[in-house]
Amino acid sequence: MTKEEIESQVRDIIVEKFQVAPEKVTVDAKLDADLGADSLDLVDLMMILEDKFSLEISDDQAEKIKTVGDVIAYILDQNKE
Amino acid sequence: MRRVAITGLGAITPIGIGVEAFWQGIIESRSGAREIRSFDHSLFPVHFACEVADFNPEAVIDRREQQRLDRFCQFALCVAGEALADGALALDAVGRERVGCIFASGIGGIKEIEDVHTKLIEKGPRGVSPFLVPKMMTNAAAGQIAIKYGLRGPNFAATSACASGNHAIIIAYLLVKWGEADAMIAGGAEAAVTALGLGGFCSAKALSRRNDDPAHASRPFSADRDGFVMGEGAGALLLEDYDQASRRGARIYAEICGSGMTDDAYHITAPLPDGTMAAACMRNAVHSAGIRPEDVDYINAHGTSTDFNDSGETKAIKAVFGPHAYKLAVSSTKSQIGHLLGASGAVEAVATALAIKHQIAPPTINYATPDPECDLDYVPNEPRPMAIRHALSNSFGFGGHNATLAFRKV
Repeated sequence: MTKEEIESQVRDIIVEKFQVAPEKVTVDAKLDADLGADSLDLVDLMMILEDKFSLEISDDQAEKIKTVGDVIAYILDQNKE
Repeated sequence: MRRVAITGLGAITPIGIGVEAFWQGIIESRSGAREIRSFDHSLFPVHFACEVADFNPEAVIDRREQQRLDRFCQFALCVAGEALADGALALDAVGRERVGCIFASGIGGIKEIEDVHTKLIEKGPRGVSPFLVPKMMTNAAAGQIAIKYGLRGPNFAATSACASGNHAIIIAYLLVKWGEADAMIAGGAEAAVTALGLGGFCSAKALSRRNDDPAHASRPFSADRDGFVMGEGAGALLLEDYDQASRRGARIYAEICGSGMTDDAYHITAPLPDGTMAAACMRNAVHSAGIRPEDVDYINAHGTSTDFNDSGETKAIKAVFGPHAYKLAVSSTKSQIGHLLGASGAVEAVATALAIKHQIAPPTINYATPDPECDLDYVPNEPRPMAIRHALSNSFGFGGHNATLAFRKV
């Protein structure tokens, strides 16, 4: 998967899950403050990402993911390995 | 003690979404039973139920919120919103801490339990959704209604299987009567027409198996009845301090004027065959309303269409009302909408309030073959215009729970 494909898929997932306008899903957008995620949403989002990209996100790693950019960077990083 | 007015109603039923459509379905003597469409029923001995067709919560619940709510809870939010809008109560003027919600469900989010359990088997613990607990719990409806509409008064769920709806309304009624709250949303919601829900009631041998004729399967009080028909939906009432409702010029459908509660203390699913504790329950409701048995014109029966319920309930009515039992009208709304389990009492309370408002007794449809054990006037097949000054609504649940509401025309 290319970087662009991963970015676009992550954005699609976030738009669908949080029901927000695509233009709100910027790299800097904070999942909680900007997109309205609560703690349950964050766990659910990690599960959706695990499914979609066939990976396992540990609780420690998940805690470091705060923004849309963090999500994309994490998936890219995992994809490299 | 205060009097308690019903100033708002909400309903989602298999014969109509919204109070107006529901009442239309009632007076047209329609049945909501048909082949199950929401899941593959081919391996089950029962292939039909009363499902709510074309339910679309979009106007009330956005798509993001929908993901976080089981179907029963979506029903609950919609009917509570309808009742609040119908009553046009200014919550901030009353004070939001003075407005609460007691909301019932017999089963809770059973679809969510099924879905997540499937994921657990497939993927192990990491497949278990963080929304499982807040979606499945029976009190999710009461809590979500509080959040959505900003109701900060007394709030919890009532759970007593098929009597849950009546218990919720009774507790809400008592809270207003005692002055613990000035207004309450009370009701119940159920969405248990799922593989697991159907399977459970099939195995308990509680359901009608009239697969070749679903629309005529729910036939309370008929000699050829063979079990109940599962239904889903929700009902809500806005209850209010009567003086407050009068002062603000609210439309009052009826007054809730009494309640009774007992338990059979006999068997976890079978009712006491002689109906003595159901009788005691109705007697308590009549007594607490401060009326005589002869003042009751109409009873919205529990009337499940099971052999034991209908004969036991008939015996109980005769024990309480004596010769007057043959003069009053008794009908079963379950003949039309099936058995909504924890929501049944709530929807039937809506039906009873509307019966009083319109002075029309709802029918018992599919009444075909008289049963010597059930020899009262069940308002067979067609609604009946009549004077209804006082009415009762019965609900009896697995666990031996009996709960009766008393209503008065205003």
